[in-house]
Amino acid sequence: MLYFSKLRILFITLFSVLFILIASSNIFKFDDNFFNKKINLGLDLQGGSYLLLEIDNEPVIEQKLQNLTTTIRNYFKEKNIKINNIKIENQNIFFNTTDNDKQYVLDVFQDENSDLNPYYPKFKSHQLEIEDTGFNLKVNFSRQGLIKLKNSSQDQAIEIVRRRVDEVGTNEPNILKRGNNRILVELPGLDDPMRIKSLLGKTAKLTFRFVTNDENDRFGVEKLKFENDLEEATVSKRIIISGENLLDAQPKMDTQTNQTIVSFTLDRVGAKRFGKATSTGIGKQLAIVLDGKIISAPVVRDTIASGSGQISGGFTFQTATDLALLLRSGALPAPLQIIEERTVGPDLGQDSINAGMIALAIGFMLVIIFMFVKYKIFGLITNLTLIVNLFILLGVLTLFEATLTLPGIAGIILTVGMAVDANVLIFERIKEELKDETNNILAFDSGYTKSRTAILDANITTLLAAIILFFMGSGPIKGFAVTLGVGIFTTLFSVYFIARLCTSIYVSKNKNKEKLI
Amino acid sequence: MIAFNKYYNHFNLLSSVLIIVSLLLLIFKGLNFGIDFKGGTLIELRASDSKINVSSLRDRFNQMDLGDVSVKKFGNDTDFLIKFENKDNKKNIIEEIKVNLDKSFGNNYDFRRVENVGPKVSAELLKSGVIAISLSLALMLIYIWIRFEWQFSLGAILALFHDVIVTLGVFSLFSLEINLSIIAAVLTIVGYSMNDTVVIFDRVRENLRKYSDIKIFELTNISINETLSRTIITSATTLLALLAIYFFGGEILKGFSLAMILGVVFGTYSSIYIANTVLVRLRVSQKTVLREDEKK
Repeated sequence: MLYFSKLRILFITLFSVLFILIASSNIFKFDDNFFNKKINLGLDLQGGSYLLLEIDNEPVIEQKLQNLTTTIRNYFKEKNIKINNIKIENQNIFFNTTDNDKQYVLDVFQDENSDLNPYYPKFKSHQLEIEDTGFNLKVNFSRQGLIKLKNSSQDQAIEIVRRRVDEVGTNEPNILKRGNNRILVELPGLDDPMRIKSLLGKTAKLTFRFVTNDENDRFGVEKLKFENDLEEATVSKRIIISGENLLDAQPKMDTQTNQTIVSFTLDRVGAKRFGKATSTGIGKQLAIVLDGKIISAPVVRDTIASGSGQISGGFTFQTATDLALLLRSGALPAPLQIIEERTVGPDLGQDSINAGMIALAIGFMLVIIFMFVKYKIFGLITNLTLIVNLFILLGVLTLFEATLTLPGIAGIILTVGMAVDANVLIFERIKEELKDETNNILAFDSGYTKSRTAILDANITTLLAAIILFFMGSGPIKGFAVTLGVGIFTTLFSVYFIARLCTSIYVSKNKNKEKLI
Repeated sequence: MIAFNKYYNHFNLLSSVLIIVSLLLLIFKGLNFGIDFKGGTLIELRASDSKINVSSLRDRFNQMDLGDVSVKKFGNDTDFLIKFENKDNKKNIIEEIKVNLDKSFGNNYDFRRVENVGPKVSAELLKSGVIAISLSLALMLIYIWIRFEWQFSLGAILALFHDVIVTLGVFSLFSLEINLSIIAAVLTIVGYSMNDTVVIFDRVRENLRKYSDIKIFELTNISINETLSRTIITSATTLLALLAIYFFGGEILKGFSLAMILGVVFGTYSSIYIANTVLVRLRVSQKTVLREDEKK
């Protein structure tokens, strides 16, 4: 156990130096790309905001079912089959048909080539399920159909969230999917997420619809409140243009009225429809509806054929800027809810770094002094090992550009405390061996061999705990698991290579010394 | 040699009492869950005006109809930790609070940290915390079962349960907050306690093979003594590191390091006085080990 070949010594030295260099790239700047890596600081250390958003898919499902009733009605109308009493209840569509046609309808839904009900061969499932309740027919989304729907609304939502966050211009945001109905947004360096939160909290569904007094409007009507929650107006459900028709939106100052407005440009289709509607609707009020509330309802005075227009509604410059931003980035497919928020200010982050570093320095010093007092020369070897171990640990974290969090720093300090365990196990064993064995080298050799199982056991148990933490923990806690887990490997390396190398050199030089340890 | 075995019965009794008391505390008093597991909002506030203190803050917050509000000093005189239920999960609650506080305190304060955990998320976090701890206990059980004879496994697992239950019992007794980092601490304790037990058990097994004429009662004592200096040194260095975190690592790590300190102390104690006494009570002998050796 004590013999080292020259090649091995060279390898150990090179390996250690390499990681020390990598670790030092956190402080010094190297030109080389390989050394130009840095440990990322977690949001709890550099300050920033962590937002977990949940997509509320209920309205999407409702809307899809609503569209589906029309599709079903039309589909069977073409086939001369009567569909009666179609209604939506608790996310189910119910309808009746004649007893003769029932089987045909069921077959249409269950046909693998059905164009009404898409079939997913991969999952052996249709989008919709149909069931004969005896009283009527019940159609709803299958499990797979719901998953598809959620995935697609998540895909759309994450795209919109990304655009909105990018528009605000924070540095290096991190936007990730979580499950099939959540989105994680990490915003480093942002200590007041108020604006982003309010931007993400809006669906931004924009529609232009005429105000009407005709209760029997062909498309149906609904009563909507104005932004100020005071006034109300009856608005037709017919959508003239919607947010999807917008090419661009910008906040502007209206020079005539001295008001802040949002000016917009429409795409070709939108411009055509807007032109037609404004020419036939002169004198009528056109309501601009955002997320179910009327921003304003100006009276149409002229045909607007240019495909551009403006929205006024008592905006401040900030609200106009935000509205323009929302319109530019598009509407969310479904409302988002912030279900978890963690924000740390930059000065608290810095305080945490300082406290963590002080604790690390003091913990390190205490352990080093303790080990020196207890083991003298072998204490020095352990301490050297500890220092190299710390650097290698930092080097590994740097190499993988791991994220260091406050609990992560605690994990490093804990590693320092626990790393001596392996050396202590070995040294104590050697002491015991020396009681019966006069040959120093033999005693050291068997000390290393006999302590091996205990050291392995001890480290595996800690590693198991770290692995579970890594997979179950979130954010800062994950950082703890990483440093604790990586620390076990670097500790084993430094104990079995560096410390053993130093020990072997010292012991072979003092072969005949009594009371070596 | 210290006669640890003289006190096996005494300490077994003590541990039984500790476990029963802890369980009673956990059942009847329960744990003081933080917002991570209970849901709600937390604000760490730093004041630059001496007018801002616990009572003036409490007054302000109580007027805002936020449900149950708790205001505490956090580390020093200028830092405060405010927690409330945020029952209706109001969207712009932080902004509303800022507007409200501005009225009384101007801008002589600063929010250093804001955490808001919705009811759904907190329930999930609690669930995954419980799963994580159960999973780690199960994994340790499997590991030790592969490595040792069943009598040893039972001893190690009892020691493990003892450490986790008593540590949580202390948290319950003093109403210390349980948050995500405490779960991390408990998991680390599980690893540490196991580590400590396994080192002594390794020696017990080795000695069982070596000596056929020494009874387990004596043999455990010899093994404990032989590994004693390692036990002391490792616990000492780990405790030194943890004390450094506790005293210098800032307020946020206080709960975590306290749980770890308790865990290390209980873990060291239980390796000696629970794990080993199980071996004694199950009358483990050389045969137990040799029989297992033959199977392999």
